[in-house]
Amino acid sequence: MLFEILQVALIVAISPLITGVIRKLKALLQSRRGPGIFQPYYDLYKLFRKDSVVSRNSSWIFIVTPYIYMAAMLTAALLVPVFITQSLGFAGDLIVFIYLLAMARFFMAVAALDAGSAFGGMGSSREMAISSLAEPTMLLSIFAMALIAGTTSLGDISQQLASSPGLVRPSLFLAFAAFFIATLAENARLPVDNPSTHLELTMIHEAMALEYSGKGLALMELSSMTKLVLFLAVLSNVFMPWGIATDATPMALAIGMIAILLKIGTLAAVIALIESTFSKMRLFRVPNLLTVSFTLALLAVISYYIL
Amino acid sequence: MDFSSLFVAFIILSFLGALAGAALNGRPGASRIVSFGCAGLAGLLGIGCAIGALLGGTFELSLFTGRFGTFSFSVDGLSAFFVLMISLLSLVVAIYSAGYVKEYEGKYSLGLMGFLYNMFVLSMVLVVTAHNAVLFLILWEAMSLLSYALVVYENRNKDAVKSGFIYVLMTHMGTAFIAVSFLLIAHFTGSFDFGSFVGAGASMPSVLKSAVFLMLLIGFGTKAGLIPMHIWLPYAHPAAPSNVSALMSGVMVKTAIYMLIRCSFEYLGVTDTWWGLLVLLVASISAVLGVMYALMETDIKRLLAYSTVENVGIILMAVGAAMVFKSYGLLDLAALALIAALFHALNHALFKGLLFMGAGSVLYATHTKNMERLGGLIKKMPYTAAFFFIGALSVAAIPPLNGFVSEWLIFQSLLLSSNFPEMAVKILIPLTVGMLALTGALAAACFVRAFGITFLAMPRSENAESAKEVPPTMLVGMGLAAILCVLGGVLATFIVPFIDRATAPVIGVSIASKLVYGLVLSPVVHSFSSVSPLALAGLLIVILPVVYIASNLYGGRRKTVVGDTWDCGTPLNSRMEYTGTAFSKPLSMIFSSIYRPRKQQKETLTSSPYIKRDITYNDEIEPVYEKYLYSPVARITMEVARRASAIQTGSIQAYLAYIFITLVLLLIIFR
Repeated sequence: MLFEILQVALIVAISPLITGVIRKLKALLQSRRGPGIFQPYYDLYKLFRKDSVVSRNSSWIFIVTPYIYMAAMLTAALLVPVFITQSLGFAGDLIVFIYLLAMARFFMAVAALDAGSAFGGMGSSREMAISSLAEPTMLLSIFAMALIAGTTSLGDISQQLASSPGLVRPSLFLAFAAFFIATLAENARLPVDNPSTHLELTMIHEAMALEYSGKGLALMELSSMTKLVLFLAVLSNVFMPWGIATDATPMALAIGMIAILLKIGTLAAVIALIESTFSKMRLFRVPNLLTVSFTLALLAVISYYIL
Repeated sequence: MDFSSLFVAFIILSFLGALAGAALNGRPGASRIVSFGCAGLAGLLGIGCAIGALLGGTFELSLFTGRFGTFSFSVDGLSAFFVLMISLLSLVVAIYSAGYVKEYEGKYSLGLMGFLYNMFVLSMVLVVTAHNAVLFLILWEAMSLLSYALVVYENRNKDAVKSGFIYVLMTHMGTAFIAVSFLLIAHFTGSFDFGSFVGAGASMPSVLKSAVFLMLLIGFGTKAGLIPMHIWLPYAHPAAPSNVSALMSGVMVKTAIYMLIRCSFEYLGVTDTWWGLLVLLVASISAVLGVMYALMETDIKRLLAYSTVENVGIILMAVGAAMVFKSYGLLDLAALALIAALFHALNHALFKGLLFMGAGSVLYATHTKNMERLGGLIKKMPYTAAFFFIGALSVAAIPPLNGFVSEWLIFQSLLLSSNFPEMAVKILIPLTVGMLALTGALAAACFVRAFGITFLAMPRSENAESAKEVPPTMLVGMGLAAILCVLGGVLATFIVPFIDRATAPVIGVSIASKLVYGLVLSPVVHSFSSVSPLALAGLLIVILPVVYIASNLYGGRRKTVVGDTWDCGTPLNSRMEYTGTAFSKPLSMIFSSIYRPRKQQKETLTSSPYIKRDITYNDEIEPVYEKYLYSPVARITMEVARRASAIQTGSIQAYLAYIFITLVLLLIIFR
């Protein structure tokens, strides 16, 4: 249990940093100086200290959603191996992980409708539309991983791939690519959604959190940052678990820790690069992108059988 | 203990409830208490009898032996499971009905309602226990006619009568297919007893066997609401009184699934792989299209009816997977898929029953089921809203509720398809995984919309504004169903072994010991994956207060100010809220090739083209099945009838001449 809690703590602790790094890199790529990489910590610190304003139209759903969102993220984090292939695998596998995120999304989308603002409705409607296209991709990628590793348990996939390099096949990369696109869609990143805008017509995720303030907003923000890092951790350790500790010796743990930080850092840099080079897609172009990712996932499964 | 006495007591009590309800017609209050009281008690007896039978107390009850063999009822594992499902839902719905039917007091006969309700539940229980083909068909017909009577219960409502007509037409078409296939099977076994049907497939020529299977699939598919035979379902289920909708959607469609399982696995024997693949394919299309149409509905009860089409699709996907596994002789995996199917059937009965009861409460309180006229009900009807929310979470497969656990099991059985020996089949399965995932995600979108638009934000009409919470009996019925939805998920590890007892005789192997490890479910191949709904619930329950306390400690307690929603400076009113139609617009545009939406926009201009006097906007989706499948059939039928009417002159002499000529011809031919 110790490692699981440590891993969750690590994920939550570094998630504002990763967001800060992405923002800083984007600023640099755009020839701006940008705020420091620790800025998200300061923002959260400030938000936790502020009073909240709650709409008179809203109900208990609006109040409890930030807590449930965060709790769902933490529960999901318990299932994910970070620096060691140990996690609470018995409680749930990769499918449960996806469904815990679906739980968070369900609450957030309902809460967005609660205040009665058209922005919330718009965000909620678009989020549910896009996620329903991203979910088949994620589950097919899981299917491909289940074929390759013979299990859908996150820790076991890492263990299998890390200990037997012979398992690496073309379908692994196809599944990785598919899951990566789904990650961008699920985390409201470019080219699906612009995380740094508050322009009504383009936003999805931000529109849903628009009514939140103070502690509620802080929790929503922190949860979203955690969600991104969780996805990056899954991408790192499920699809390329090299370097992860397979036993609890200090040396292996140290290597595992460095490996995961490097991998998450690299992926974050890739996201920053994508966000600086691609523009946001029109909403009704997004399905095309997600169809591409679905096809990749399907190819991943088929190529496993054929190749 | 002899559980057959409980079964007999169940039958007697149901009759008693029906007759007492009818007899007390003059006193509506007494009638509803007595008839639904009896229905509730009968439900308890049914539960007891079913649990007893599942634990090994199976029994058979013979009525008499006649021309068509022995008319008897048999409660074995599979029957008992369905009896349990029907009784459980009937119990909670009976409690709910005791309050709900007050709505009809003074408008329609409550005695009739009590009578029909009891008889309808009884007919369903007898259908899943009948042990003779002829008896089954009689009861099947009785069930159809009783439910028809309930659909047209509001007989002054033209829509209900029209819906009833479509229903009675479709269901009889289905029954015809079933009757023909039973006759064909009986031809080979020489008896109408279901006992002799077991293994009948072995002695049938394979072409005929496949033909019988296809007819059964059409026949039972019609009752279950499989696309494209589903068209009656979105009319009939919403037209019935809500308590009956709960039963029709919750359990009546399952009787068809019951018999389909029995016929394909026990009587015909699944030997051809393509049977299973066909079921899998049709079911996955049904699931995806069902939820897509649900997303476009603004009538809550029709939305729920389409969601039933979706869930029947999901259940039959698992049944199809079980058939494929069985045809390859992978019995453990077949059992896993069938357990998943039955578990989802049970869960669907509970959450769909709950949701229909919730929709009924909304209808009771606001007299409208159009969600565009609702909103803000969470403040007027807090309990109903909370229960409906739990139902919505279940149907959207949110962990750790029951819908999630059964859907997880279905995913696992599909993922384990890598064990299939044939490449073509292996490649087909990932598509169905994708479709199941799409179905799940769309269902979540659908119920975010259903709950959010109906219960949240500001009321959109006077009706919603003046809504009041429903009477306690209705709340108790919904509350029980909601608790069962939560327990069904969290305690899944205790329920699955029971289901295994129902599937073990069908498949031939018991896999409880390979599926349940203490509080963990792990499908057959132990290292493959596992889930522990109880652990997940425990984690969430522990983590939630931790998050709450931590975020309140960090930065100190802060004030919460009540204010306006951000309105960009224009005071917000209910017409500015997002509507259900707007919510599903992105999806209707993304899937426009399926919906084929038609837009009509009419503008009346003033003298200036830039200033419009008024705009009418009409947006509808094309009713594909009615237009391309059923209308042509109806047209041809009408045309043939019109042509045939040429010989119907209306004069008695002509008809006498026809009779005479026919008689002479028959005498010549058959002399």
